[in-house]
Amino acid sequence: MTPGTRTCAGCGAVLAARMLLKATGKDVIVCEATGCMEVTSTQYPTTAWKVPWIHVLFENAASVATGVKAALEAQGNNHTQVIAYGGDGGMVDIGFGAVSGALERNDDILIITYDNEAYANTGIQRSGATPFGASASTTPAGLVSQGKKQWKKNIPMIAVAHGSEYVATASIGYPQDLQKKIKKAMQIKGARYIHIHAPCPIGWAFDSSLTIQVAKLAVQTGMWVLYEIEDGVFKRTMTPELKPVNEYIKLQGRFKHLKPETIKIIQDRINASWKEMDNLEKCGVNLRTIL
Amino acid sequence: MMPMTMEVLEGSRAVSETVALCKPDVISAYPITPQTHIVEDLAKLVADGKLKSKFLEVESEFSAMSSMVGAVAAGSRVFTATSSQGLALMHEVLFATSGLRLPVVMVVANRALSAPINIWNDHSDTMAERDSGWIQLYTEDVQETVDTLIQAYRIAESVLLPVMVCMDGFILTHVIEPVDIPDQKDVDEFLPKYNPDHAVLDTERPMTLGPFAYPEPYFDLKKEMEEAIQNSKEVISEVNEDFAKKFKRKYGDGLIEEYKNDKDTVIVAMGSVCGTIKEVVDKRKDIGLVKIKCFRPFPKEEVINTLKGKKTIIILEKAVAHGLASGPLFTEIRNFLYPFEKSKFISVIAGLGGVDVRINQINDVVDKSKQMKDGEVVWMKT
Repeated sequence: MTPGTRTCAGCGAVLAARMLLKATGKDVIVCEATGCMEVTSTQYPTTAWKVPWIHVLFENAASVATGVKAALEAQGNNHTQVIAYGGDGGMVDIGFGAVSGALERNDDILIITYDNEAYANTGIQRSGATPFGASASTTPAGLVSQGKKQWKKNIPMIAVAHGSEYVATASIGYPQDLQKKIKKAMQIKGARYIHIHAPCPIGWAFDSSLTIQVAKLAVQTGMWVLYEIEDGVFKRTMTPELKPVNEYIKLQGRFKHLKPETIKIIQDRINASWKEMDNLEKCGVNLRTIL
Repeated sequence: MMPMTMEVLEGSRAVSETVALCKPDVISAYPITPQTHIVEDLAKLVADGKLKSKFLEVESEFSAMSSMVGAVAAGSRVFTATSSQGLALMHEVLFATSGLRLPVVMVVANRALSAPINIWNDHSDTMAERDSGWIQLYTEDVQETVDTLIQAYRIAESVLLPVMVCMDGFILTHVIEPVDIPDQKDVDEFLPKYNPDHAVLDTERPMTLGPFAYPEPYFDLKKEMEEAIQNSKEVISEVNEDFAKKFKRKYGDGLIEEYKNDKDTVIVAMGSVCGTIKEVVDKRKDIGLVKIKCFRPFPKEEVINTLKGKKTIIILEKAVAHGLASGPLFTEIRNFLYPFEKSKFISVIAGLGGVDVRINQINDVVDKSKQMKDGEVVWMKT
């Protein structure tokens, strides 16, 4: 990827794309959903992509990738990696049907979501990936509203439920972990899923110099957990002593309306989830064998 | 050319055998209601090893067309088939396909759109996509569908636009007719391998396809696309001629087909109903028929040349342009003939939702047309 894309200052999504391409090398075709990255990296007749890249629509990155891969296989090309790439809007919500279809068929593609937790390209509307309590332009905090009422949709676990051999979460705050996971995923055949947490200074309302810090704090507080599910076995790739979630929340304008009791609800949920993950690792359940 | 051997085949089966002759690398399918046997027959050919294509069992018609876009962008020849609701679900992808100038070929078994849900034939599905930038070719019988499908690949891959071959659902997809399925060697000679150069996902030569465009380039690209669609008329006619030389079958000039069109009164129609109208023309001897084979690009000059000066022009079609209170074909024909000598135009809306179009009804409309006023609309149903 060339420098000089038209992303906002401090954009987490563009870092995700750069880290991705550094890990993949040049033998790759990227099929991208409509979204921040597509709009900012391909203003006709310029492009920031040094690898073959196609954008068709918002909700079909995964099925376009399926078609690209099928064509390559028909032509006898079994080496080029085909990546379906999109934001949480394109992959978690409107394009989820296509993602689910590709996962179910086990098409030989790498599906990646860069998650900036809102429809950032169209003005920060809430998505299925927006966290509980966050203010978004369609779930604004107000006198009688505390922001989004639902918890974040858990796509990596849904991907595992499809039987995928490799599912992982990553964060732009931890580039080595991210790139290791991309490289590992590239060694595996079939549909693989990686979900990258990518903070958005505009959407989340924090200073653009703080992107990496916010990304790291998400992991350090347990708001975003880095893990792999390899052949059905869940394992965290980072198990920090969790900091209070408020350290993450207080940096962001989207949470500034939250009352202490609401923050406690979030903290309790993180604690409970973290404990369940301990159990999951200890008992060694194979999530792929659950039919 | 090998001597012709006629087979008796179901329309869908004939289409799938023809697709196999065209050797697509990738086939994609989803069985939305209503479905035809086309893709099932293709799946069987693949399962039996008779066809080497990759067969994608996608989870929706939306993904069927999306995967076709991906595959053709990666340099492969592709095929899919759909009908009514499936085509409607593809709507957004259709525009992207033509805008990306990718030569997807698709057979549409024309069927009515919901609501109310109905599985029978009319043209409301493809008419709703008439401005999508796809070439639309309508066929009268199974043989014409087979022949048009082979031509469609040559056309699409020459002009870099997608092509819909529109065959009447049930009436053609489920009919069993004698048909000549061409010889593989002849098809191979007629249809060279698809070798894309303009847009291809190739790691040796990275391209960015489907970028974001600001107003100025967007405007220019749309204008260029329309010029390409207009220019495709010439290619469609040439391919029709070439096909006739090799396979000894010809369909008018590839755009329209005139049948005994030397009378004052003429019926204009598309699709299988033209067969019924030909029966009427043969018996009455006071009317002719103009069949519109190519609806997009619209054969403006050809329509003007064959229809100007006619006393009465009856446009019979299986679609209604809601809000216009007439059919879309009627509106377009009347528009292009407006500058010329005044004819009387009658709009006949027929066969919606699979209602039979009968010879006596056509006779009745022709008889009554003498007393009708210009612009009158007839909803033809007994």
